[in-house]
Amino acid sequence: MLELTTTRANPMVDPSLQVWGWEIPVYLFLGGLVAGMMILSGYLLFSGRHQAHGSSTAFVPALSFVLLSLGMAALFLDLEHRAFVWRLYTTFEPASPMSWGSWILILVYPALAAALLVRPPAPLVRRSPRLATLSGRLLDRPGWPRAVGVASIVLGVLLGIYTGVLLSALGARPLWASGLLGPLFLVSGLSTAAALVHLLAGDPQERVLFARADNVFLGIELLLLGLFLVGLLSATEVHARAARLLLDGPFGALFWVGVVGLGILIPLGVQIAAVRHRVQHTPVAPLLVLGGGLLLRYVFVAAGQLSHWSPP
Amino acid sequence: MAILSRRRFLQVGSVAGAGAALAAARGPAWDRFLGPAAAGDRIETVPTYCDLCFWKCGAIATKKNGRLWKLEGNPEDPLSRGRLCPRGTGGVGAHFDPDRLTAPLVRGKRRGEEAWVEVTWDEALERVAQGLAAIAAEHGPEAVAFFSHGIGGNFLKHTFRAFGTPNFVAPSYAQCRGPRDIGFQLTFGEEVGTPERTDIANARCLVLIGSHLGENMHNSQVQEFAEAIGAGASLIVVDPRHSVAASKAKHYLPIKPGTDIALLLAWMNVLVAEELYDRELVASHGFGFDAFRAEVAPWTPEWAYPITTIDPATIRETAREMARHRPATLVHPGRHVTWYGDDAQRSRAVALLDALLGSWGRRGGFYYPSSVPVPKYGGYPDYPRAARGPVDNPGGRYPFADLGLTNGIREATLTGEPYPIKSWFVYATNLLQAMPNQEETIRAIQRLDLLVVVDTHPSEIAGWADVVLPECSYLERYDDLNTEPFREPFVSLRQPVVEPPTDQKPNWWIARELAVKLGLERYYPWREVEEYLEARLAGAGLSLAEMKRRGVFRGAPAPLYFDDGVPMEFPTPTGKIEFWSPQLAAAGFDPVPRFRPHEEPPPGYFRLLSGRAPVHTFARTQTNPILAEAMPENEVWVNADVARRLGLTAGARVRLRNQDGVVSAPVPVKATERIRTDCVYMVHGFGHTAPGLRRALGKGASDAQLMTRYAVDPLMGATGTNVNFVTFEEA
Amino acid sequence: MARFGMVIDTLRCVGCMDCVVACKTENEVPEGFCRDWITTEVRGKFPTLTTEIRSERCNHCDRPPCVTCCPTGASHVEDFGRLVLVDRELCIGCKACLASCPYDARFIHPEGYADKCTFCVHRVREGKDPACVAVCPTRCMHFGDLDDPRSEVAKLLASRRHHALLPEAGTRPRIHFLT
Repeated sequence: MLELTTTRANPMVDPSLQVWGWEIPVYLFLGGLVAGMMILSGYLLFSGRHQAHGSSTAFVPALSFVLLSLGMAALFLDLEHRAFVWRLYTTFEPASPMSWGSWILILVYPALAAALLVRPPAPLVRRSPRLATLSGRLLDRPGWPRAVGVASIVLGVLLGIYTGVLLSALGARPLWASGLLGPLFLVSGLSTAAALVHLLAGDPQERVLFARADNVFLGIELLLLGLFLVGLLSATEVHARAARLLLDGPFGALFWVGVVGLGILIPLGVQIAAVRHRVQHTPVAPLLVLGGGLLLRYVFVAAGQLSHWSPP
Repeated sequence: MAILSRRRFLQVGSVAGAGAALAAARGPAWDRFLGPAAAGDRIETVPTYCDLCFWKCGAIATKKNGRLWKLEGNPEDPLSRGRLCPRGTGGVGAHFDPDRLTAPLVRGKRRGEEAWVEVTWDEALERVAQGLAAIAAEHGPEAVAFFSHGIGGNFLKHTFRAFGTPNFVAPSYAQCRGPRDIGFQLTFGEEVGTPERTDIANARCLVLIGSHLGENMHNSQVQEFAEAIGAGASLIVVDPRHSVAASKAKHYLPIKPGTDIALLLAWMNVLVAEELYDRELVASHGFGFDAFRAEVAPWTPEWAYPITTIDPATIRETAREMARHRPATLVHPGRHVTWYGDDAQRSRAVALLDALLGSWGRRGGFYYPSSVPVPKYGGYPDYPRAARGPVDNPGGRYPFADLGLTNGIREATLTGEPYPIKSWFVYATNLLQAMPNQEETIRAIQRLDLLVVVDTHPSEIAGWADVVLPECSYLERYDDLNTEPFREPFVSLRQPVVEPPTDQKPNWWIARELAVKLGLERYYPWREVEEYLEARLAGAGLSLAEMKRRGVFRGAPAPLYFDDGVPMEFPTPTGKIEFWSPQLAAAGFDPVPRFRPHEEPPPGYFRLLSGRAPVHTFARTQTNPILAEAMPENEVWVNADVARRLGLTAGARVRLRNQDGVVSAPVPVKATERIRTDCVYMVHGFGHTAPGLRRALGKGASDAQLMTRYAVDPLMGATGTNVNFVTFEEA
Repeated sequence: MARFGMVIDTLRCVGCMDCVVACKTENEVPEGFCRDWITTEVRGKFPTLTTEIRSERCNHCDRPPCVTCCPTGASHVEDFGRLVLVDRELCIGCKACLASCPYDARFIHPEGYADKCTFCVHRVREGKDPACVAVCPTRCMHFGDLDDPRSEVAKLLASRRHHALLPEAGTRPRIHFLT
């Protein structure tokens, strides 16, 4: 029997680490979502489909702009020494994923702006007709949309992976100690992005396209989640204990019912059926995917903080 | 709380002494990650001595820009050796404590209802003087009893001696160390004293019986304790609780509470039976050894086993271990020894064990302390002779009591016998937490015409007072010189470090002003305490100016042991170590201690034990912001199996109900392997009820409140309090 | 260049918290926070118990994850003694360093920046021991250059049994506990 007592009682640290509340999961979710949308819209630009499926490429960059800014606002709210936030941009720390992230975010905005210019949304054009002229000029040169598409994809991948690597670089929390966290969050970002576009797309054909894509992403996400858990369970006792926070620990119900069941399996099933025209197309599936994506971030951030190296 | 206020996040400038090489280090401004001292800060140091407990360690206070910053040990001081204990270090909080008394208070309503009127010092002292004069006129000055704790009471004691009462008491005697000193006096003719003359540092084998050094934080003792451990001394710890000391022991004896005398007798039985004792010493300086031998002969380890639950092999092994290292085997006499009412006899058993091991006056046992001879102040007139003797021990009911008994005063106050007590004047002791049976104390208070309390804090006893006089903290006042005998003789000075925050006054000023108002001005030929101190120091060839600078003066070391030339003399009536005590026999007590069983807890009840925590002193430090943070409340220790059986969850709050139906405040459960199943344990000093002690109010439970029962030591009148039993109730 | 570390004798330590109190006053640590603390580990069944009492704080790791993860360079390894320190003027309060520390040694100062033990660098630069070491009544704590074989800390490590906390977390802590 072990009796462990400590006199330490620091706020946010004791009895267990709770430095991050809702803000960071929201930021990671929105960051991942925007990353996914950048990749998707980048692909559309790159492949030239932005012409055919104009509806979504038209609103995705603007929406990304808004969502990313909301995410950044959440991140800012989480900071404790806000007046010093500019210090992120007086240095580049190559070992720090957060430093990478802050610089990636700086680059994401111009890329979004560029994508916005390729197909400026109608309300903006009404306000500033010159945008249409500018956009027209860009569209005249096929290299431009392609270049913007490539930039969107590259930055989207970086941004998506960063949201996971940010956590996995904090080795003191064994739940996060996995290289799969980056790809997992990237794919989850893609899946939520596909779900959101699916939800908002006006064009039925496009909806099917994104539902299909989403099914692929959800499948990969499930696979990565499985691999992630296998990795932890087959590592040290500390990591296995961390994994069990999700499997049968305090986050078990949220993880199995929320993240896996409602967030992945059910929408996957519904969407497969819908794609095969077995059931009616329904916005419930993408809504579940979006909720699942947010819950995934929350569960990982919360459970990760609970996981630790100290003896049980 | 100001001292811990947020620092400026950016302090411009660099720290004094920053080297050029360091300037090249990363980060342009050191202050961005440095500690709090910046260049341009005005740093001053003032030596003084600590008052967080009675040990009185030499300290150096550091002020930054005139504000108290920190307290460190004075390296010149033999008590602290440059290192204070956590309470001393946290003494900073005594100055900044927002719960301090700020102005003299006079009761507004009935006693016990805390409605106060702030008055001037002149009004307050006038009221006290008139009250005392009226009592003296009607009942004689003896009707005033003076309670105090610590050196701060010296000047007030002087005033009351001049006033003419013989009734001076302190809970440190009958509620703490008294029985120990009587037990040792009866054996060796000398007491253990304060600071204890235990040569722990040089002990090769240290035996602790209920003493929890390390939790009990008397500085020099703990320093020496660590040294002994570092030097590989063999440690034997006897305690129903697995104390910190027990965790370091070679032998831990988880004794059944209340059976220590049986263990001590069995140990002596082994030493005598196996002829392991110091035969030379016994032959040359022992008295009544044959009778003693016959007395302990039946008390074998096998006899002690069912009583103590310590198996005979362990008793023998530990007895032999003690013998192996003698005379450097120290069976520690403890300090708070008022447990079962037979405490003087138990202490005598400890003394006898030490006598058998020959450790008295020997290296690693008990040394002979010495002090710098600083004469008393010479200019005082003689005190008046009290018309009647002390009231607390009528007819010598407790024949071996050599100091006043607080409980004796309380009883006399209640009964009016042998003569009435009409006023208590209480200095710096919270009698409601210090004495058992609070109800009795309150009933006694209700019979008083005048209760005056001098304290730094609005304690529980202050809540019952008619007049409350706010004293400066020790950091804001002079006190008498500390010349306590110790390993090395020394004198130390307490002097003001900072100004008192509001209208608090030092005890010497209160004592003098009161004397003036009582028409006793002739007893104060000095006006300022510096004159008094200067006069005393001059008598020892020292100067106040020098003492103010250094804080401590160390005298020439004197011999510590018989081997160094201390004469081997035992000032008992027989002039020898009294193994069989003619004094006790004559008074009708056991001449050699005997074990008598104590009442067992009834089913479902647990014996309530209490002790100390390293960061608190008595019930006096719980509002100190720094110390309160280190330990905000106490817990009740319950054996983990018992807790499981009773469905008590660790950390959940329970109330304790004692055998007389008294129910405690809610207190968190510490379910632990570190205690026996037949007792529970609490740190003393918590569970405050005085509304003015805002930080401490409602924190933990009070052991004193639950100690409604006490066993009076028939030898010397102390109150044993480990005779209370508690059970659990939902909070 | 020195590599400062601590060696703490758990056999002598009584867990009195003097180190904690001294740190609070010396460094004016705000109320409700601590830079060092006492951990007590008890194993076994009454009365056969083994206990280890430790005074703990930032380990000033040789591989400090708090420095690696810091996006602004506020958490850094100081040239002087290779101490791990926080520049509060660079810190944005992102708390990544709190999450990165397997010892949970850091906290957010009420003013918003990450704070922790500095090994009392302001004292050390004046040739003094850190406040916790200097105050310890049991003299169980030792501070010095781990790389200097003549230092007291190096000698103690060479001659006594010792362990560090969570070595498996891979941070190479520089506080060693003698047992």
